[in-house]
Amino acid sequence: MSLALSVGLLAAAGVYLVLQRGMIRIILGFVLLTHSVNLLIIAAGGAARRDAPFIGGDTSMAADPLPQAFVLTAIVIAFAITVVLATLAVVGSKDDDTEEESEKTELDIENTSSDAGGDK
Amino acid sequence: MTELLEVLLPLFVGAPLLLGGVLFVVGKNHPLQPILGMGTLLALLAGAVTLLIATSEGQLLAHQVALWPNGIAIAFVVDTFAALMLTAATIVAVVSFQYMLASGEARSPSIPALVLVLMGGVSGALLTADLFNLFVFIEVMLLPSYGLLIFLSRRGDMAASRLYVVVNLLASTIFLAGVGLIYAVQGTVNLGALAGTGDDPLTAIATALALSAIAVKASVFPVHGWLSRTYASASPAVAALFSGLHTKVAVYVVYRISAVIFEGDSAWMTAILVVASLTLVVGAMAALGEKDMRSLLLFQMVSGIGFILIGISLFTQTGIASGIFYMIHHMIVMGALLLTASAIEHTYGSGRLDRVAGLRTRESLVTAAFVIGSLSLVGLPPFSGFVAKYALVLASADAGVVVIAGLLIVVSLFVLMAMMKIWAEMFNGKRHADVEILAAQERIRTRQGLYDTDIIDEDEINEEANRAIEHIEPPRGIIGEIGDPHDHRGTRVRASLILPALILGGISVALGFGGEYLLQLADQASQGLMDTSDYVRAVIGR
Repeated sequence: MSLALSVGLLAAAGVYLVLQRGMIRIILGFVLLTHSVNLLIIAAGGAARRDAPFIGGDTSMAADPLPQAFVLTAIVIAFAITVVLATLAVVGSKDDDTEEESEKTELDIENTSSDAGGDK
Repeated sequence: MTELLEVLLPLFVGAPLLLGGVLFVVGKNHPLQPILGMGTLLALLAGAVTLLIATSEGQLLAHQVALWPNGIAIAFVVDTFAALMLTAATIVAVVSFQYMLASGEARSPSIPALVLVLMGGVSGALLTADLFNLFVFIEVMLLPSYGLLIFLSRRGDMAASRLYVVVNLLASTIFLAGVGLIYAVQGTVNLGALAGTGDDPLTAIATALALSAIAVKASVFPVHGWLSRTYASASPAVAALFSGLHTKVAVYVVYRISAVIFEGDSAWMTAILVVASLTLVVGAMAALGEKDMRSLLLFQMVSGIGFILIGISLFTQTGIASGIFYMIHHMIVMGALLLTASAIEHTYGSGRLDRVAGLRTRESLVTAAFVIGSLSLVGLPPFSGFVAKYALVLASADAGVVVIAGLLIVVSLFVLMAMMKIWAEMFNGKRHADVEILAAQERIRTRQGLYDTDIIDEDEINEEANRAIEHIEPPRGIIGEIGDPHDHRGTRVRASLILPALILGGISVALGFGGEYLLQLADQASQGLMDTSDYVRAVIGR
């Protein structure tokens, strides 16, 4: 039950953040969303009815290793993409019109790009 | 022979990834970059054709990776469908890379390496028979794509790249959640073990979640908006490359999952039919409103996804076969048209319909490439589009959805209208006075690696424009004042830039005349999807 609640809470917070303006908030939102999905996969392995694979325990009740392998892979991928997203937040900050202080210059950016003869 | 091929299957993924890694390490201007890049892609093409020949009679090749016991191992399986897709995707990649070499884009840092890694991911996604592995390969495809988008973005704005990464990451996360839920219900993500489990409502819902995420990547109607925004800001050659790979791999996954897990369950196929019809109508309509050659073509691409998905939604032997035929045709023709647009944009500095005009009398090769591509896209004989559309219309009528058959024909007329819009504005009409200035600006930008927002000195532009007018002979001896629309001196599209589009156009003509052979292959592929028992046996192990 606690796992299900965490998944729901993380997903809700993640979706809220992803829907915000501003790259940093979106990145944080995705971090939460991927956590939520990772927990979902752990839960998919039947975490509630499993036991720790320790001496004396029932080996048939040991935790399912496959979802753990899935999550491990997913974490690595999510990490890589978070780095890409963070790079985009830094590199593109000049034309990022989602931050409040640069919102005033939105019009200027559009003007310069059309003046320079660039298409669209 | 078959056994050797089976053992070598993982190489289709491993070799491009490994060689891509090598290219990351060797220097930026190392002569190995273009040679190894092109060599690997050609070798991949040769391998894909070999696979196609080996599976052309409906045989299956399977390899349990690392020789784990059957059912535990991740299987790589090739049937006719996968081999066809792999061949078509590699052709598009080879030709797009050839364009990148001609335009000099391949000289930017790590571009050949990124293309190779991208191809490794594509092969993996097409060959794997495991849903989680599919997720991983889709990510392997996407990461180099982010790189290609960012490195070759010359507009100095990252908004499109941000949008692309965010949309795809969201779709991937939802797909992963879907895969996790499938595991929760069935205890496996092996496609062979999941065969036919679509009857179970819980599995069906979990699979539908995964499929809806894939629909985002395929740019199906309600979630298609990202495609034209992001691909229009990418480098044109990258747009051509992506159009043949990303959306089509997503459509491949829809075909595969619909066939293996849902086994053509009529309720799901009706849902796909509705969405596909909406996609093809909306795409064709939206294209009419575009003022830029590339965005217009990109909406044709959205429309094409609708055509392709109609094929699977009919779920009859001929329906799927014509859908597969349409997919191959669409990859080739969209590549040809987008590469034509690339050549125009690269040379004239703009793809806007109101900025470029009068190409018909100046650029015979570009005109040829565009005419072949657009007539094929509309569906006129003797091009591949005719065979594809004819087969699809016939199959829809056979399957009893005459309305859809009519819709396909009506939408084709809208496609014709959109293509005529490009023809009327870009190819007909008089040259604008400032066309040389724009082209000169573009050449200076390319040479100095400037962004589109950077400002260039006016004298420099004039000097460059005059140089072009002096150095290029007029084709019909018309010499007027500078800025005279009848003056035929000046900028011209290089033959090496338009050659890639002509190659794809040639393939489209060949597929039009030799349509019967491809239809046979598509029919074989369709049989494999209608009756998945052989596929399942190959995945789980015989």
